[in-house]
Amino acid sequence: MTVNDKRPVNLDLGSIDMPLPALVSITHRVTGLLLVAGVAVLLWLLDASLASEESFSAIQALTSSFFCKLIIWLVLAALIYHTVAGIKHLINDMGVGETLEAGVASAKAVLVVSLVLIVLMGALIW
Amino acid sequence: MVTAVTSLGRSGLSDWVIQRVTALVLLAYLVFIVLAVFACDLSYTEWKGLFEQTWVRVFSVAALLSTAMHAWIGLWCISTDYLISRVLRIKFNDAVAARANYYRWAFQAASAIVLFTYVVWGFQILWS
Repeated sequence: MTVNDKRPVNLDLGSIDMPLPALVSITHRVTGLLLVAGVAVLLWLLDASLASEESFSAIQALTSSFFCKLIIWLVLAALIYHTVAGIKHLINDMGVGETLEAGVASAKAVLVVSLVLIVLMGALIW
Repeated sequence: MVTAVTSLGRSGLSDWVIQRVTALVLLAYLVFIVLAVFACDLSYTEWKGLFEQTWVRVFSVAALLSTAMHAWIGLWCISTDYLISRVLRIKFNDAVAARANYYRWAFQAASAIVLFTYVVWGFQILWS
């Protein structure tokens, strides 16, 4: 490789002041990682809701506890954010909104839309 | 060149397409579940009846497999972005960096086990 070794290299992402689109992007990744664990919660809910009439009502009784509601809300919040940011991704893939201005604006839109949906979901759960 | 032997499609382009197709399947399934939850008044009989229909089971299996593939590609990207010697040397030290391959393979093995468990568990839920 003909690379000039004296060229400054910074691979320490933590030292870079990230702009909003970068923060929205890394949050998409973090929520994706969280959802891998979240899928276990969702499968457990589906399992109990379908297994029997008793387990169906047991779920409803269990989900009246604050802690249980909180976990479900956090998983759904991650799912909502990941979905909204994912839709932005799919739109970008079609070549829409690739300018710097559109990037910042769509990053803001992702935050606002997902925040509204997450709050609404919280209201629905409680 | 770094060999992509553990990536799902063995090529970045293939993974890229799979990630988007599975995303669309999951988006459609999410919309379906949201509509179903609101439509069936959360009564057990209706909910159970819904998941006894063949098309719902097929759709659910598609979503289940899409979840596993989508998550594998995502986790693979995370592991090959961060669990590499260059990054571990900056964040930790040379000794940790020297073991980067083992950490990455361990992470990928654990991911595979978790996702495979989800697939089997999902099939059990849908067909029991």
